[in-house]
Amino acid sequence: MKSNRRTVLQATGAMATLVALGIVTAQQAHAAGRPGFDARTLQDAIRALGGAPATSDQIRIVSPDFADNGAVVPVTIISRLPKTTEIFVLVERNPLPMTAAFTIPEGTEAEIQTRLRMGESSNIVAIARADGRLFSAVKATRVTLGGCGD
Amino acid sequence: MAGPMRIRATEEGGVTTVRVLMAHPMETGLRRGSDGAPIPANYITNVEATHNGRTVLSGVWGPAVSLNPFLAFKFRGATKGQRVAVRWTDNRGGTRTDEVAIT
Repeated sequence: MKSNRRTVLQATGAMATLVALGIVTAQQAHAAGRPGFDARTLQDAIRALGGAPATSDQIRIVSPDFADNGAVVPVTIISRLPKTTEIFVLVERNPLPMTAAFTIPEGTEAEIQTRLRMGESSNIVAIARADGRLFSAVKATRVTLGGCGD
Repeated sequence: MAGPMRIRATEEGGVTTVRVLMAHPMETGLRRGSDGAPIPANYITNVEATHNGRTVLSGVWGPAVSLNPFLAFKFRGATKGQRVAVRWTDNRGGTRTDEVAIT
């Protein structure tokens, strides 16, 4: 039963794995609540978010200029845009650029800290959805030792 | 794999800062073992933090969040003594919830 299978897949989170294996289409990934996570280019990932973001100096990316370990790159994203409801974090040159999508409920600050895996030197792209519109900022981080492989 | 999360939540001036360190291998699915066989993907796909049953942060993750994920965020509306819970779910259906009192 197609609907049962989809329900089970969504519930277990196996959808992302199937997308990576090419078994699930982008449309199905979107339906499972993971838009852009199957995209293999930055442009496709951004397109999946629904628009062309306007560059904003109200989004700040704090990350090292040089990271000696690409497996653990600390990143802070701060959006000063009013009514920021989502923050997306992408690593342009990763095999799958979309790395994290955060939903910011009312009362929560639009500021997230986490640690990312970067396969190689790349732009880190932060996109904020604020008042329904997309805005972006970019910060280049150079990586000495790539974080994707062994 | 499902080791406990280390969570700290501190409130100051009406803002609660939450810092979480999760224990998870965050296997991307792109690596190969020493025998050349691919190591299957095993990473957290969803995170949710709640306070008094209300979601204060949720996240959807791909495989490029680092091993033993760290997450920090801030929210308003909580007071010391109240609790913050964090739950993660991974691509294999594994899940873990831990909670802490705000100090």
